[in-house]
Amino acid sequence: MLDLLRHDFVQNAFLAGTLVAILSALVGYFVVLRGQSFACEALSHIGFAGATGAALLGVSSLLGMFFFTFLAAIGMGALGRRLRGRDIEVSMLLSFVLGLGVLFLSLYTRQASAAVGILFGSILSVTRLDVIITLACGLLTVALLTVLYRPLLFASIDPEVAEARGVPVRKLSVLFLLLMALSVSEAIKVVGVLLVFALLVVPAAAAEHLTHRPLAALLLGVLIGLVSTWGGLALAFIGHWPVSFYIVSLTSLFYFASLAIHAVRFPGRYREPPHPGREVLPPAR
Amino acid sequence: MFALLKFGFIQNTILAGSIVAIATAVLGYFLVVRGLTFAGHALASIGFAGAAGAVLIGAAPVYGMLVFTVGASLVISLLGREVRERDIAIGVIMTFALGLGILFLSLYHGYAEQAYSILFGSIVGISRSDVLRSGLLSLGVLAAIAVMARPLLFASFDPDLAEARGVPVHALGSVFLVVVALTISIAVQVIGVLLVFALLVGPAATAARLTYRPGRAIAIAILLGLAYTWLGILLASISPWPVSFFIAVLSFGVYLPVRLLVRPRGRRAAHPHGPAGLAPGLPLEEQRHA
Repeated sequence: MLDLLRHDFVQNAFLAGTLVAILSALVGYFVVLRGQSFACEALSHIGFAGATGAALLGVSSLLGMFFFTFLAAIGMGALGRRLRGRDIEVSMLLSFVLGLGVLFLSLYTRQASAAVGILFGSILSVTRLDVIITLACGLLTVALLTVLYRPLLFASIDPEVAEARGVPVRKLSVLFLLLMALSVSEAIKVVGVLLVFALLVVPAAAAEHLTHRPLAALLLGVLIGLVSTWGGLALAFIGHWPVSFYIVSLTSLFYFASLAIHAVRFPGRYREPPHPGREVLPPAR
Repeated sequence: MFALLKFGFIQNTILAGSIVAIATAVLGYFLVVRGLTFAGHALASIGFAGAAGAVLIGAAPVYGMLVFTVGASLVISLLGREVRERDIAIGVIMTFALGLGILFLSLYHGYAEQAYSILFGSIVGISRSDVLRSGLLSLGVLAAIAVMARPLLFASFDPDLAEARGVPVHALGSVFLVVVALTISIAVQVIGVLLVFALLVGPAATAARLTYRPGRAIAIAILLGLAYTWLGILLASISPWPVSFFIAVLSFGVYLPVRLLVRPRGRRAAHPHGPAGLAPGLPLEEQRHA
């Protein structure tokens, strides 16, 4: 097992996986807090169009993803309103860019192997350069989050009051969407377009069930993300199944466990009181 | 051009496409009104896992999709009302199902090609018996919607009032999601997992923007859905590009100007239970007169 670590590609996979897990969990906490998980899902599919477009032009897929997701983030930010699962605009954008992705793919190659790599992740083909880019993006994100931490938290939890207090809610929202775009693009490298949700949202959502203190939830999210990524990589080297499957299974396991723990700690039909900043929809059932 | 229609597979594709377009347009309207578009997207992705599993055990993909999407829709219908938490739970179920799908694909040795046709759909692989099955399932779906249309609309516009009036709001919601799951399983064959969403949301979102009257909106959505599908199949058969691309572009190309130019009449006041795409905040009675 440890012999494997001598191989370059294994080292790169672990390094990139570690960096992406940390980065995603940090950004993911705010995604969860802001209720933007659908926007996150949409951005990851937009990354699909970017990656296939880049393959078509022969440039790095990361570059294509950055370009497309940044444009989309600015577009979504311009919509201004809160991005929620009900948002038709996000839905329409999502289906449009998927169409574009399918087109680029069919122009690029008649074979499906490129698509499969982008959709399901290719952490074992990560290069040292990718690791360095990921590190740079990670440092930038951590720096920005540190500077923006308090106002962003305020604006995420109660946008109306934050705006009344003079916090630039709108600008923060666009800036945060750009950060989300950055980490989504990075996460696509590791788990693929279809499973970005597993690294970005799931660890943070699990952490949020376990503690309501922001810093503790942030750290717990990072921990869950790291354990899942490392565990997924280790299991993939021992077993024969894809890395992405293991990572997703582990994070989902954490999520369901956190639900159970939450239910035990708050027995009965405990419901959090409706928060003024949160929206309640007609029941799905 | 019309010579194309002589080919059996084109006929099958157009028939199946039309059936799918009608069913998705009707269902899509309710999905948009109820703010459940993310659930629609998730159910489509979950269908992928089902299809991959069915391929692995040697069954027809459609049956795997039916099992997975109906199961997932039952779980989703148990989730709470709070949007943020529900979106996350839907996302977790979807991601886990996709992970399973990847596992099934990697265990099956037809890997890439199979994945490609499930994800993006195909217009050449549709047989007459597929058309027949889609037709029967769609008839069932449309009949179910016809029966519950009025109470479902009531429950979508004002769930609290509907519940007070004795409408079984929760049961209706569950049945509705199961019907959505059935529709998605039918539609995936033609347009693929990734773009079912385009047919489900595109026509309905445009129609809901054009009129507040449910009957009219559904009629417009059906017309738009049929137009996109026919044009998409036509363009795809005379060009090398995939049909799902054309459908997605057409649906976005019509939605965008409508979204930017048509102002919905009435106030758009924020109402906690307001349906998206219509005029939230106005009860149905007032919207009729608006």
